[in-house]
Amino acid sequence: MAAFMVRRLVISVFTLLAASFIVFWGTSIAGDPMSDLRGIQDEGDAQQQIDARSRRMRLGDPIFVRYLAWLGALLTGDLGENKFGQSVSGILGPAVSATMQLVVAATVLAIVLGVTIGIVSALRQYSGFDYSLTFAAFLFFSLPVFWVAVMLKQYAAIDFNNWLRDPEIAVPVIVVLGLVSGLAWMAIVGGDRQRRLTSFGVAAVVTALGLWALSASGWFTDPGLGLIAVVILSLGGAVGATFLLAGFRYRQPLTAALVTAGIGIVFYLFSEPVLEDPNWLMILLLAVIAVGVGLVVGRYVGGIHRRQAMPAAALSAFFTGGVIFIDYLLQAYSTYLSRVRGRPISTIGAGTPNFQGDFWESGLDSIGHLILPTTALLLISFAVYTRYSRASMLEVMNQDYVRTARSKGLTERTVVTKHAFRNALIPITTLMAFDFGAVIGGAVITERVFGWQGMGHMFIKGLQEVDPPPVMAFFLVAGGSIVVFNMLADIAYAYLDPRIRVG
Amino acid sequence: MSAQTDRSATSGRQSADAAEGMTVVARTQAEIIRRRFFRHRAAMAGLVTLLFVIVLAYSSIGVGPIPGWWDKTYMSTASVLDGGRPTLSLVPGFLGGDGIRLGEHPFGQDNVGIDYFALVMRGTQQSLTVAFLIGFVSTVIGATVGATSGYFRGRTEAVLMRFTDVMIAIPVLVFAAILAAAAGRAGIVALGVAIGAVTWTGLARLVRGEFLSLREKEFVEAARAAGTRSTRIIFKHIMPNTVGVIIVSATLAIAAGILLETALSYLDLGVRAPDVSLGSLISRYETAMQTRPWLFWWPGVFIVAIALSVNFIGDGLRDAFDPRQTRVRD
Repeated sequence: MAAFMVRRLVISVFTLLAASFIVFWGTSIAGDPMSDLRGIQDEGDAQQQIDARSRRMRLGDPIFVRYLAWLGALLTGDLGENKFGQSVSGILGPAVSATMQLVVAATVLAIVLGVTIGIVSALRQYSGFDYSLTFAAFLFFSLPVFWVAVMLKQYAAIDFNNWLRDPEIAVPVIVVLGLVSGLAWMAIVGGDRQRRLTSFGVAAVVTALGLWALSASGWFTDPGLGLIAVVILSLGGAVGATFLLAGFRYRQPLTAALVTAGIGIVFYLFSEPVLEDPNWLMILLLAVIAVGVGLVVGRYVGGIHRRQAMPAAALSAFFTGGVIFIDYLLQAYSTYLSRVRGRPISTIGAGTPNFQGDFWESGLDSIGHLILPTTALLLISFAVYTRYSRASMLEVMNQDYVRTARSKGLTERTVVTKHAFRNALIPITTLMAFDFGAVIGGAVITERVFGWQGMGHMFIKGLQEVDPPPVMAFFLVAGGSIVVFNMLADIAYAYLDPRIRVG
Repeated sequence: MSAQTDRSATSGRQSADAAEGMTVVARTQAEIIRRRFFRHRAAMAGLVTLLFVIVLAYSSIGVGPIPGWWDKTYMSTASVLDGGRPTLSLVPGFLGGDGIRLGEHPFGQDNVGIDYFALVMRGTQQSLTVAFLIGFVSTVIGATVGATSGYFRGRTEAVLMRFTDVMIAIPVLVFAAILAAAAGRAGIVALGVAIGAVTWTGLARLVRGEFLSLREKEFVEAARAAGTRSTRIIFKHIMPNTVGVIIVSATLAIAAGILLETALSYLDLGVRAPDVSLGSLISRYETAMQTRPWLFWWPGVFIVAIALSVNFIGDGLRDAFDPRQTRVRD
């Protein structure tokens, strides 16, 4: 394994070197780096500036020599300077953090949503849900990112913000949304006619009533969860976690999950001093503690069934933590709303300029800025992940060992979550590496639409100005992460699938 | 050849079966695939839409010196009528609409009075041309690289596949943008070739995989034993067996190509002004979203229509060539 990894690493470095030369060469021949100086009236001044820039960019040398000079400087940790003489490393720092927020948020959401929905769609093959999802995936594949982004800007930001001034959902909209939700749940739950009709009715009525209640109580002007909603959601999360990871056949896992959720709720009641103005490190620490508490409770309450109870309780703890986190975010909402003059969804940049607020307010600010570009970026990756996980799950469900598991008398839940799901995930590892490059490409476009000063902006600007160093800095981060992801995927694949020979 | 003999033999049997009330029709592989494809409803809808868009784009404003049936051009300005609103109406009179008519400016006019229908048709022509070029170039390169490396193995394979890895390390949009920055200025043909030159990697890997397994088959060994040249074995003996993979990939490459070209044109790196493509139209009228939303809508609708129909055609072809992957219940 070690030899395989070392060889893979060496190959990756050479791949990256060769690719970086192609990018350098392509950028250098992309046009005339002096075009902005050609229009200057005073010829002597223009000539002087052209000479200075020519010296700075070493235009007298052949491209390969320039590339070697860039590479030599890179080895000493210097990314060079752009054609106006600014240091590239200074520009790169903030750009990388902005773009990475966007790319990571989109990738994580696409994986979670795409894989979940893809697997549900595979389990309900040939249902209305499956067909609609297939059509949706085809539609998302065919949507131009920039077009969607501009539309989101108009309808999801400007019009939504206008709607927030007087937030009331019209009755026809409530009816339609209720029916849509009913249809979706009917297809997901499946089963015989009676069960399908029941799930349709319950889902439609609950959704419609919920929306009506939210609209009538003016929830959208001052949203929040409050104690009751936190309790309901946490306990519901505990039941859901038990259903996914342990099943209801034995009492102990459910008890463990509920007890954990209860501990979380008690913590919530006394959490004010801790969560007044935390930082990310503290949130991370609390998440780890929550999962730890879940594991301990599962260990002791679970008794003989602790191997099922521990993960169920841990997931329940994590979910409860998430609910509390969202509750605190929403508590800060009304202050935040007044500070951005009632327009929470932003269309420009990665943050409100000169915004100073506590942890929750700046968190809301980031979310308000991230939500639209992430959605635009999400659509395509989401389609890819649903298609692949659906195909992969269908393939696994037809394998002999799944039939064996069923014929042993295991419940369908155990067969799906314990036997099929894990193996269906293996091909997804390769997809992640592959998709990452596409998301970075998409980020270049989305950043342009939403006016982010990120890496994509740096790349486009550098390319249009025929200025290699910023483009190369972008490529080092983008290409580097693609190569690293590919390498990790190869190693993970070899580790997960013992049939792959290594060495 | 053998298929034909089979066929005449079965057609003899067929008349005997028909006499007993059973009809068995012998079909060649190509016939089976064609029938499966024509039965695929989504693919048929896609094919009809695509043909409609192609015919509409090329016949309306004509190609080069040949005039089309539409009387306005995409460059001449006119006085702006009714704020440039679209006059196209698809709601018939008896339903309370204005009746089905095109009107003076079916897609409206922009702020200087250019007929937007003519402009969108011009953009569609350019985008279609580039998309098909991308499909063609990337298929030719991908199939050749994949076939060569899969057939010869050894050093050829190592060199070609390492080269492919290098290409994959650069995100497609980034690579295409870099090449298009130089090629876009040289016109749309250069643009199509440049983008095609960076999108072939997936097909090369697929074709190589097919060749790796096919080259070990007996019929290839027989051809080699008979002293057939390598080029002939590759193109006459093995390539026809991979035609399914290649055609499906070519279709999907066209769909990806139109999205890539419009994205680059939107970033002002593809088709350059004064020429237009569907992407550059969206970029040009992006800010008119508030005042003249139709200037933003039409090009997008055409991009989605083309990409979606090509994707459905690709899906139908995949099902036709590989019945195991069928989406529709048998």
